[in-house]
Amino acid sequence: MALQSNTHTQAGKRRAQAAAFWIFRLLSFLVVAILVVILGFIVVRGISVISWDFLTQMPREGMTEGGIFPAIVGTFCLVLGSMLFAFPIGILSGIYINEYAKDSWFKRFVKLMTNNLAGIPSIVFGLFGMALFVNYFKFGDSILAGSLTLGLLALPVVIRVTEEALKSIDDSFRIGSLALGATKWQTTSRVVLPMAFPNIITGLILSIGRVSGETAPILFTVAAYFLPKLPNSIFDQVMALPYHLYVISTSGTNIEASRAMAYGTAFVLIMIILIVNLLANWLRRYFSKKVKMN
Amino acid sequence: MNRFFQNPGEKIIEALITISGTVTSLTVLLIVFFLFKEGLGIFSQTPVAEGSVIAVHPQNPVKELSAKEVKEIFDQEITNWNQVGGANAPIKIFALDDITDYYTEEQIGANFEYLPQRINEIVAKDPNILAYFPDEYLSKDFSGRRLKLAKITVLGFITGTQWYPTIEPAVQMGVLSLILGTLLVSFGAILFALPLGLATSIYLAEIASPKLRGILKPVIELLAGIPSVVYGFFGLVVIVPLIQDIFGLPVGETALAGSLVLGIMALPTIISVSEDALRTTPRAMKEASLALGASKWQTIYKVMIPYSISGISTAAILGIGRAIGETMAVLMVTGNASVIPTTFLEPVRTIPATIAAELGEAPQGGIHYQALFALGCILFLMTLAINLTVDMVSAKKKENR
Repeated sequence: MALQSNTHTQAGKRRAQAAAFWIFRLLSFLVVAILVVILGFIVVRGISVISWDFLTQMPREGMTEGGIFPAIVGTFCLVLGSMLFAFPIGILSGIYINEYAKDSWFKRFVKLMTNNLAGIPSIVFGLFGMALFVNYFKFGDSILAGSLTLGLLALPVVIRVTEEALKSIDDSFRIGSLALGATKWQTTSRVVLPMAFPNIITGLILSIGRVSGETAPILFTVAAYFLPKLPNSIFDQVMALPYHLYVISTSGTNIEASRAMAYGTAFVLIMIILIVNLLANWLRRYFSKKVKMN
Repeated sequence: MNRFFQNPGEKIIEALITISGTVTSLTVLLIVFFLFKEGLGIFSQTPVAEGSVIAVHPQNPVKELSAKEVKEIFDQEITNWNQVGGANAPIKIFALDDITDYYTEEQIGANFEYLPQRINEIVAKDPNILAYFPDEYLSKDFSGRRLKLAKITVLGFITGTQWYPTIEPAVQMGVLSLILGTLLVSFGAILFALPLGLATSIYLAEIASPKLRGILKPVIELLAGIPSVVYGFFGLVVIVPLIQDIFGLPVGETALAGSLVLGIMALPTIISVSEDALRTTPRAMKEASLALGASKWQTIYKVMIPYSISGISTAAILGIGRAIGETMAVLMVTGNASVIPTTFLEPVRTIPATIAAELGEAPQGGIHYQALFALGCILFLMTLAINLTVDMVSAKKKENR
């Protein structure tokens, strides 16, 4: 009798487990299906819009015809500008936190502030960028103001990436180097940094992907509604892909006629993210092979 | 000392490194400073629309009105002075357009050159008048009394239900509907994303074969990289019409649409954080449970989930944090009506969307501009509270080990 009830509960347990696992499997596939639907929808509608002309021409006829060339150039300028600002400061800060800072209140303060910076909503960066760079420093709506704002947004990502990469390097390498008479900076620059380099570069590339899609911070610091020409200096306004998509899908002169351009722009944005992701993955694999060969 | 002369470059580099570490902290402090400097300015402002005057007869005992009272008077909801602490007499509203009822065009002058004087006469004549006109027509010897409007208070700002930042003659700055809209949309997003995300993370951590996991994981990570404006666009062309059709609504741009889009956006965060949490369950614990005859599923929900519950709650809180601060997608799909939300099938307006939609039109330094910065402060404080909660939860987790 006891044995029977035991086999009975065993079977019940197995059934419960099978049911639960099926539910989890279904829900997980649902999540992936959502992604596939979103990507598929935009790729299918967008790919027919893409042509050489679409990528290299100015928009025309109130953004219902022509291409998105100025928006592509603008996004490129903003990404480049923000990285020029965020990479050096971010990498050096990461080195500071992981290699140099002693366990003091100052290090805790810097870490706390970095975490805070990472948690601030992007629209607040937009407000700040407008108050400080556009109005207070009088840069106006410009590539400079937009790049600095986006750079601030990327800063905590860069710091964290660097910090994590450095943290993963075993202490024995540092101790070994120091024991051979190298200075702290020699150890950091010739031993620790080269080893952490693959992870750092991968993280940096991912942060490029993030910056290229941000809209809220550039709304009031740089983005132009419609500007069919290329920028001449860093004090010019530019169009940018994410803002362009926002404008033509919500408030263009003729929303229905601009739909095709919207699909095309969304497609280009997603492709940028995809390429950046693939590049990061490829670099990670390339470097890990190289390290193994050594 | 000798060392310094050997390596001056090294010292400079080390100084640079320390400075960089400081820059981040300074930036955060600067952001807070600028936000609050502009945002707190609103509490020293009176809510009169820019460049206008509200005046009464000099003998009128009413000295001060609140913005709400002014709006109700102009909406004809308050019609007697005794309702706002004055004499028992009907309120007579005079706006600039009414001037032709009093004077002919000659009396006003071809270029309105006599207008200030005429307005002065009207106000002086009628003890029950409440006049509202642009301050360029305020005459030098104005005999009426300019009415003071009560300053905007912190409490009034937060509990006020009406958000009409550009209405005349008195702007209404109540952010309660925006706060509730933000919370409703974020809450809906979590309601949708948490079960899905948790199930997916359990599947990835325990059930899926390593090969399948190797495919699914990067796909889900890709979900995190897609720009929010693309999600907004997808919501606008697919989800919004769908909701409109299914529920038979006049407009599909609703809190529900916002919640769905935000939920999808919060999924990757929830999945990766709770998967990490599940993976921290010590192997000995899992194996002990299995050895006692528990099934894998029993082990998951009786051992692993309770063990990693703080990590899972961190995931939920981080997801809410992402949803609260998200701007573009919400701006594009929620309809942006600033009313107190009652159901998910109504348009709502969130704090970030309000800032994004209105900052472009608010004149710099004006009351509207400052109000939007005050909204930024509220948003900052909300996300700060969430981040501190996350820190506390994960600190507790470390303590428990």
